[in-house]
Amino acid sequence: MLLVQRRQFANAVVLSLSGLAALAGLFMLAWILGDVALKGAAAINWRFFTELPAPPGMAGGGLANAMVGTLLMTMAAALIAVPFGVMSGTYLAEFGQTNPLGHVVRFLADVLVSAPSIVIGVFVYLVMVKPMGHFSGWAGACSLALIMLPVISRTTEEMLKLVPPEMREAALALGAPYWKMMTGIIYRAAATGILTGVMLAVARVAGETAPLLFTALNSPYWMEGMNEPMANLTVALFNYAMSPYDDWHTLAWGAALLITMVVLAVNVFTRLILHAKRRLW
Amino acid sequence: MTPTTSGEHESATAAAFGAKYGMGEVKLSIRQLNFYYGHKQALFDNTLDIAANRVTAFIGPSGCGKSTHIRTYNRMFELYKGFRAEGEILMDGVNLLDPKQTPALALRHQVGMIFQKPTPFPMSVFDNIAYGLKLHNRFSASDTRDLVEKALREAALWEEVKDKLHQPGTALSGGQQQRLCIARALAVKPKVLLMDEPCSALDPIATGKIEELINELKSTFTIVIVTHNMQQAARVSDYTAFMYMGKLVEFGATTTIFTKPARRETEDYVTGRFG
Repeated sequence: MLLVQRRQFANAVVLSLSGLAALAGLFMLAWILGDVALKGAAAINWRFFTELPAPPGMAGGGLANAMVGTLLMTMAAALIAVPFGVMSGTYLAEFGQTNPLGHVVRFLADVLVSAPSIVIGVFVYLVMVKPMGHFSGWAGACSLALIMLPVISRTTEEMLKLVPPEMREAALALGAPYWKMMTGIIYRAAATGILTGVMLAVARVAGETAPLLFTALNSPYWMEGMNEPMANLTVALFNYAMSPYDDWHTLAWGAALLITMVVLAVNVFTRLILHAKRRLW
Repeated sequence: MTPTTSGEHESATAAAFGAKYGMGEVKLSIRQLNFYYGHKQALFDNTLDIAANRVTAFIGPSGCGKSTHIRTYNRMFELYKGFRAEGEILMDGVNLLDPKQTPALALRHQVGMIFQKPTPFPMSVFDNIAYGLKLHNRFSASDTRDLVEKALREAALWEEVKDKLHQPGTALSGGQQQRLCIARALAVKPKVLLMDEPCSALDPIATGKIEELINELKSTFTIVIVTHNMQQAARVSDYTAFMYMGKLVEFGATTTIFTKPARRETEDYVTGRFG
């Protein structure tokens, strides 16, 4: 009897502690979201989405150029990283399970995933910005692509490995050549998972500041092309939050709210597709 | 029980082997088939004939090599590193094990396979069948529709799915999924259909339907089935091969194997005394 009581007591204690820990985590999240929403809401208006930043001392202004810049650089980064990532993930899953090259690539991808993003920014600065002589949107997109690449590659690998071996055998047993089995069946079976990986990678780079600081820099003007310094939300947020002007602080909160909402929306959307797809297939 | 040696069939020629068991036309002649998983040998000198338009069942305890055996007929093992087969599997005078004589794609066009777990592809019922058709030929849209319907009818599935051709294949029940896989295999018109425990994931009613189907299909195809279920082997097959530890212990007409087997091990197994 005593033993049972002791166990029940221990159970109650650990259960309450872990419950509290979960609540603490949720509380911090709610606090951040609430604070960003409250302070950011003041900045959200029509001008915020349509106008250029106003010079210090002048009222109003928006971050339209930074939104365009972030959107374009993220899209360009995805266009660069998705083909490379999916192809290298395919190599790892299909041909690189046991050979030395596979092990090396997988190890390097894992290292790259955990590389500090500022290091990637500095690296792209050295290989692209310095030789070109100026900051550019392309350099920004490349540094974002470098961050996305290993994430997409490893997710693709894992998702391809999750496709049951019977599915491959069934396709090959019909007389399908390997490449038709991959393109017609296996990618299709893994599509949702790979798409999830891509979306999560996009969400991750959409909030990156450090790699852009050294590559795209920032700009107070509308872009004229990707080959010049490019405005973006995260560096704008950084600069404005550090500035001494109240108007700029408000814009920074607005940028924070926008980024948070977009990243949240991408995450929720991804989960929704996953959920719907799981019910269907 | 001690391992047995099989060697009595080794000297038999195809004609002699077939005649011995009253076979009509012989579809496949397997001669001294050895199989290796890396350094581990899994099949030892398997020699037998598979009668055309008949059902041949492989029975034996788990791990005896019966799945390994039939997976050599379509060289499914080639997918995995270090697996290799030696010997001959002759169909119409051509050695199926020799990639020079029989390229893998052509081989699998002629030797279809059904797996234990139903494996509908992640696409609609219709596209599941059309996928195989498109691999080997170009068909017009209306021909494709006709051939898909024909395959589904052959697999006794048409009436159940004709209104859900464009729903995902995975939305069907387990038994229907397995018949979908059978229809998919039939659509490419193989000569031989291999079935690797096709009913072990199905309930008795679905199993009954598949067994009925096997009975109908043997007029058109040569069927080789691996099963754990001895009643199933007795119900559906014309010939039965009993395997143990990678060796073909006994082969014969199903009635003979189940009523008066020549070897003690076979009798012990079919009467349920071991395995």
